Amino acid sequence: MNKGYTKGTFVLEIIAIMLALIFLVPFYFVLINSVKGFSEILIDAAALPKEILFSNYTKVWDILSFQDAFLNSLIITVFSIAGIVVISSMAAWKMVRTPGRLSKILFIFFVSAMVIPFQTVMIPLMKLGGTLGIMNSIPGIVIMYFGFGVSLSLFLYHGFVKTIPMEIEESARVDGCTQFGVFWRIVFPLLKPITVTVIILNTLWIWNDYLLPLLVLQDAELRTIPLATSSFFAQYTKQWDMGLAALVLGIAPIIVFFLFLQKHIIKGIAAGSIK
Amino acid sequence: MSAKANTNTLATKETYVKQQIQTSKKTKLKKALGYAAFVGPAILFFILIQIIPFFMGVYYSFTSWNGVSSAVEWVGLDNYVKIFTDDQKFFNSFLFTTKFMFAAVLISNIIGFGFALLLNAALKTKNILRTVFFIPNVIGGLLLGFIWQFIFVKGFASIGNMTDIGFFKLPWLGDEATAFWGIVIVFAWQISGYMMVIYIAALQGVDTSLLEAAKMDGATNWSLLTKIIIPLILPAFTICFFLTISMAFKIFDLNLSLTGGGPFNSTESVAINIYQEAFMNNRYGLGTAKSILFFIVVAVFTTLQVTFTKKKEVEA
Repeated sequence: MNKGYTKGTFVLEIIAIMLALIFLVPFYFVLINSVKGFSEILIDAAALPKEILFSNYTKVWDILSFQDAFLNSLIITVFSIAGIVVISSMAAWKMVRTPGRLSKILFIFFVSAMVIPFQTVMIPLMKLGGTLGIMNSIPGIVIMYFGFGVSLSLFLYHGFVKTIPMEIEESARVDGCTQFGVFWRIVFPLLKPITVTVIILNTLWIWNDYLLPLLVLQDAELRTIPLATSSFFAQYTKQWDMGLAALVLGIAPIIVFFLFLQKHIIKGIAAGSIK
Repeated sequence: MSAKANTNTLATKETYVKQQIQTSKKTKLKKALGYAAFVGPAILFFILIQIIPFFMGVYYSFTSWNGVSSAVEWVGLDNYVKIFTDDQKFFNSFLFTTKFMFAAVLISNIIGFGFALLLNAALKTKNILRTVFFIPNVIGGLLLGFIWQFIFVKGFASIGNMTDIGFFKLPWLGDEATAFWGIVIVFAWQISGYMMVIYIAALQGVDTSLLEAAKMDGATNWSLLTKIIIPLILPAFTICFFLTISMAFKIFDLNLSLTGGGPFNSTESVAINIYQEAFMNNRYGLGTAKSILFFIVVAVFTTLQVTFTKKKEVEA
């Protein structure tokens, strides 16, 4: 509000920094204790480690089969999002460009399903998944994410397509471009800002999702990071030396992703919510 | 074109009209095919994964299905009657979830809005602070729950020993009342940064010249906030309340890994109750009936809230 840097602003700045430090305390505890021995954690969890033990990490890496869990999470997230982007952008564009009752009804249909909680669908979905033979497989869970992700993503694309002018598409049409050509060569590149938002919102959701993988993926070799972490804690309760190393490994990829793309992420989140 | 048609004989006119109809049929068909090619995949996955299971759920909620046997027996309203008359545990979980929702929504929005106001001032460390406050939001609920389990059990205890402050010496996850607030704290820690981002975006849209003018007229900072800023950004409140209400009401991962519903089932959310009824007790029929009730409550809550705050927006 006031543009000058006054004494008041300085005080606010100090308060804000203090709050941020308090916000970071949990990370401090997790990081320093993840390199301590078990008895050292019990004696004093707040102190810095006497010596840094990386053995917690090497042990946990094997128990979690961390590289497999990471790859599974990555494959599921990437393929799910690629599919969601393709099907929802195409549908949203066509629906906006074909005004009429059908498009209107479909749009309401997609959007109103957003209030259905996952818990309401999950029990019968497991039965249906069994019938369709898509349980306990990575392509199967990816298909499920298509179905759950399409509502919000289509909604976001729908709002964005309305703001782009039709003239360019029409002139390309006159030049003999096919519908697919018009969409992929002309429209899709114009959708880039909202595509970024769609990718970010879906990444945070799918990467961190726990319940759907828990229900669908039974084999140990198909485990995602949240699944591997929870089965670790079920087996090694209260073994905080290894537990904390497991948590650091588990949160590291998404935090690195966030720190690299934070500008886009924060902008994308704001854009996605305000729509 | 009509002039040309007039000069033709009647017979050729007829074939011309037929051709016209055929080509218009062809373009119609082509259009329909194009529509199906673009919209079809989205509809297919959506119906297959969300809509069919939803209606299957409505059906199963009237049966005694146990998930394993192929015999699905119709029991009418039995499941619903049982839930309303003979399921104290489910009732308790609804009560817990509702209380939790009110506390969590209020606290995370107050903190989020507070952070937004703070960062909207011309701070030098603004960008770093925004990043810090947002970080917890990128971590999934399951891992957050485990992290905070450690903080409550070991971290708080050691801070308590160092500082002798009573707050840190509470039994936290071991006691019903403090376990409730434990989940609220972790939820707020995760979500406030997200709410902050939305509030900041809204605050940046507020016309500063309006505030300058009010200041010239002698308005205090407090009245600037309550009389001008908040009414102007009411849409942001609608969004934030909508998001936090639905997230708090559907809480599952964080709850499961932090307290596991304990102590003595006192912090068991509806989502956990449904999950256990279906997949642990193998009472799928009862579980789906609960999940249908859950859907109705979520739908009513969120619609009420959106209409209520939208009305406020119009009044403002």
